[in-house]
Amino acid sequence: MSPGFQGRPRSAEPALPPGQYLTQDFPVLSAGPTPRVPLETWEFVVSTESGAEFRWSWDELMALPQETPAVDIHCVTRWSKRNTDWQGVSLDTLLEGIGTGARYAQAHSYGGYTTNLPLADLRGGRAWIAHRYDGGPLPAEHGGPARLLVPHLYFWKSAKWVRGIRLTTDDQPGFWETAGYHDYGDPWREQRYQGD
Amino acid sequence: MTAPLRWRVARLCERRVETPTAHTLVLEAPGWPGHLPGQHVDVRLTAPDGYQAARSYSLAGPAEGDRIVLTVQRVPDGEVSPYLIDVYAEGDPVEVRGPVGGWFVWRPEETAPVLLVAGGSGVVPLMAMVRARRAAGSRVPFRLIYSVRTPADVFYADELRRRVRDDLGLDVAYVYTREAPPGWRGEPHRIGLADVNSHGWPPELEPLCYVCGPTGFVETVADVLVGLGHQSRRVKTERFGPTG
Repeated sequence: MSPGFQGRPRSAEPALPPGQYLTQDFPVLSAGPTPRVPLETWEFVVSTESGAEFRWSWDELMALPQETPAVDIHCVTRWSKRNTDWQGVSLDTLLEGIGTGARYAQAHSYGGYTTNLPLADLRGGRAWIAHRYDGGPLPAEHGGPARLLVPHLYFWKSAKWVRGIRLTTDDQPGFWETAGYHDYGDPWREQRYQGD
Repeated sequence: MTAPLRWRVARLCERRVETPTAHTLVLEAPGWPGHLPGQHVDVRLTAPDGYQAARSYSLAGPAEGDRIVLTVQRVPDGEVSPYLIDVYAEGDPVEVRGPVGGWFVWRPEETAPVLLVAGGSGVVPLMAMVRARRAAGSRVPFRLIYSVRTPADVFYADELRRRVRDDLGLDVAYVYTREAPPGWRGEPHRIGLADVNSHGWPPELEPLCYVCGPTGFVETVADVLVGLGHQSRRVKTERFGPTG
């Protein structure tokens, strides 16, 4: 026990994942400079384990059915933010009709960032390519023009500046996963670091 | 599967006042496995009813045996930092877990010149690099650009003066945003292109750049470095927002 430590008054709000606290602002965490990607050259590519590629330009992405998820997000650095307001295209829409037997996905970004997750976690209405936040275009420091949004995992899995997703038969750890962070990253099981 | 990082009980053995709002805590952490400069540690507090709160803090220097050093900046309305600054007393236990983080690190065997750019308490992991360079006897050229509000806000002020004098190949330049010391050339200002260009390394030397501070500061400096021609991959950043 920590002598003299009381902590904040406990809230009656619905529980956050263990070890998280609420924030109202939107902290920025990334490992390097913010890439600036012009919409004219932006593209999103899904590649399968057999090498097939499926590409969308910005205009093509905008023409797809749009969804407006309002979700809680949880950063491994312990802040959580309630009811964040996004617009984007469901990965179910993008993956529809793509034949694959892959079990894993590695998202890769403009700027070189990568992160891995099971392909199943991108399906079932739980993942989006998000391009609007809080009523406006997604700011570059938050991953604009578009980022992956997978709110049921720690937020480092929601790759900023996303450029594509590689579908693979084996699990290929990404940037933070090879730097000591957990391979899966479930906030409710507090999977922060390797071995948690 | 890697063994889980375990929580261990550390005790406060020394406290140093850096500024009115920032204290350095020297903790005795039995069995500490060592770490690289730039890594951080999670600190966890437990209330009488079992409630726990944890935060990450950068390690401020290399370990000396089982001793580790943190510098904690008070966050107004924070939950953990006010406790560590106002209540936590010598001999008291605290739980720590680490080291964590394998990206924003400097390895003493590196040979490239190093540029460190600190905004406020962002100097902490960068000071760990300065101290590790000294501890390893490295002669790699280091430059630190340290942006602070006023001279009274400088962390490690005496030690930095001493290291610039004694550690060959270390330069420190200050940028004051609100109030400059008497005799300092120039007006208080936010860091910009001219500061980074004057006190950094030319991109041709392919330095490793480490930038740590508040989000807006890091965004500005990282953009300037890329604009000057530094490769994005050699610019490592750590941003912090208001966290308790």
